[in-house]
Amino acid sequence: MSFFAVFLGVPLAIYLLFVISPFVQAFYYSMTNWSGFTAEMDFTGIANYQRLFSDEIFMMSVRNNILLVVVLPIVTIILALILATMVTVGGSSRGQIKGLKNSGFYRVVSFFPYVVPAIVIGIMWKQIFAPSNGLVNGVLVSLGLDQFAAFAWLGRESTAMPVTMFIIVWGFVGFYMVLFIAAIKGIPAELYEAARIDGAGRLRTAVSITIPLIRDNVQTAYIYMGILALDAFVYMSVLNPVGGPNNSTLVMSQQLLTTAFNDGQFGYASAMGVILAIVTLIFAGLVFLVNRIVGGKDTA
Amino acid sequence: MATKTLPPKESAPSEAVVERKAENSPGDKAFGTVAHALLILWSAIVVLPLVWTLMTSFKTTSEIFSSPFSLPVEPNFVNYSNAWTTAGIGKYFLNTVIVVGAALVIVMVLGSMCAYILARFRFFGNKAIYYLMLAGLTFPVFLAIVPLFFILQNMGLLNTLPGLIVTYVAFALPFTVFFLFSFFKTLPHETAEAAAIDGAGEWRTFFQVMLPMAKPGIASVAIFNFLGLWNQYLLPVALNTNENNYVLSQGLARFASQAGYAVDFGALFAAVVITVAPVLVVYVIFQRQLQGSVSQGASK
Repeated sequence: MSFFAVFLGVPLAIYLLFVISPFVQAFYYSMTNWSGFTAEMDFTGIANYQRLFSDEIFMMSVRNNILLVVVLPIVTIILALILATMVTVGGSSRGQIKGLKNSGFYRVVSFFPYVVPAIVIGIMWKQIFAPSNGLVNGVLVSLGLDQFAAFAWLGRESTAMPVTMFIIVWGFVGFYMVLFIAAIKGIPAELYEAARIDGAGRLRTAVSITIPLIRDNVQTAYIYMGILALDAFVYMSVLNPVGGPNNSTLVMSQQLLTTAFNDGQFGYASAMGVILAIVTLIFAGLVFLVNRIVGGKDTA
Repeated sequence: MATKTLPPKESAPSEAVVERKAENSPGDKAFGTVAHALLILWSAIVVLPLVWTLMTSFKTTSEIFSSPFSLPVEPNFVNYSNAWTTAGIGKYFLNTVIVVGAALVIVMVLGSMCAYILARFRFFGNKAIYYLMLAGLTFPVFLAIVPLFFILQNMGLLNTLPGLIVTYVAFALPFTVFFLFSFFKTLPHETAEAAAIDGAGEWRTFFQVMLPMAKPGIASVAIFNFLGLWNQYLLPVALNTNENNYVLSQGLARFASQAGYAVDFGALFAAVVITVAPVLVVYVIFQRQLQGSVSQGASK
């Protein structure tokens, strides 16, 4: 039985100790006023949660996360779908169903950002959007738009969030494009041929054939991208370490870490973690529900 | 996947259809042009920032400030040596290789053992353990981070490389098990039975028969784990605050936030290149495998 003990016991022990037990403890800590530095803590019930809902800054970060979770997956998935469709079935409308020429090149290049570490994506784009010596302002000024000479893209409330979203989208479109390409290639060519014979145009084919048939992949992509949007910690902490102008890019994860390790309010921070987990679960549940309502069952 | 668009003469051997060369309609040409234009535009948006970063890494800081476009007067490698030694990137690089290397080996061994047991043996609690693993994939790491801090502290592993390794292993485990589970499930039972008849024990069957057969699956998971662990940021930021033990992502973040005041932008760009280069090389080498495993994921 040494076989069983080692093969199952060791991985499971590590997993329980370092993953499951912290999750469980976090729920308990979230109902205490533990500071983290002393052993003593009082059980305070839902006091932390009540406090959270009147915490202006935390609610601001919740709103920013919700904004991210609404915008990021939609933009990323639509862009990835358009690119993937063009690569796979964008070729001639006569003869065999085929993609564009050089599609392999586009696929490999588009995937590049996914292998660039998130922290590097942040650092790189922060320099590209830098006010005085960045690439973007350099291009704009050389085009004669002098008002951008020292434009602080990440330092203004109106542009900080959109620019941040663009950067995250940049990092993920290629990955989902490759995912969708694989899914579209799995669709039998006959279906496209039949649609074409029935006189369906390209747009019609994409909407009525491609999207319904890769519905489950889109759902997976939506959930993954949404979970990322609810985290977004790396990008935010590099692009705007303290939450951006007027906290306009502050997210829950940043606030949680500050509260725990800078302010020493571990109980309160744990409550934030629980809220983050609940929001994540609600989000995933919503995506499943919507997919089912829109007809995940009868079309697939 | 066939990405080349050679005339597919042998595409349907059973029916022996001779492909007619279809004329492209004007609409096709227009669509093709637009599609290519869009894909090229996207490829440029992907590649230009990377190229600009590479180019800038060879410029002196004063050159960087004079113009974002100018080529370096002469290729300047001082930035690289500054980044490597003064900014400590060399040290962080070594730490990262140690932590990611060790964690990767351990998680692949433990993960495949655990997945093997869960996929091939029936016992009480099998399903429960599987769902427990799945739960670890869905909960946000942020929820665990505060208690995890104290678990490591109590074990004397806080701010140490072994502590970081074991945490990496634990958090990469659910993904590894989840993915390899379906892989081991599909392996034929006959081979294992044959090995058993030939007198191989459980250990030998696993290491000499099953593991080699699962190689393709293990390779894909290993690549994803490598990328994930190499890019890991949150865990080290919270659990590894001793500057001597910093991993690359942390070191870069600190360097980038310092550069705001001390400004050695040239070295910052060089540090970015040093971080991206190994990952990009791994990607280019394993490009087919990686895209293949994304496709596998898509067909699940």
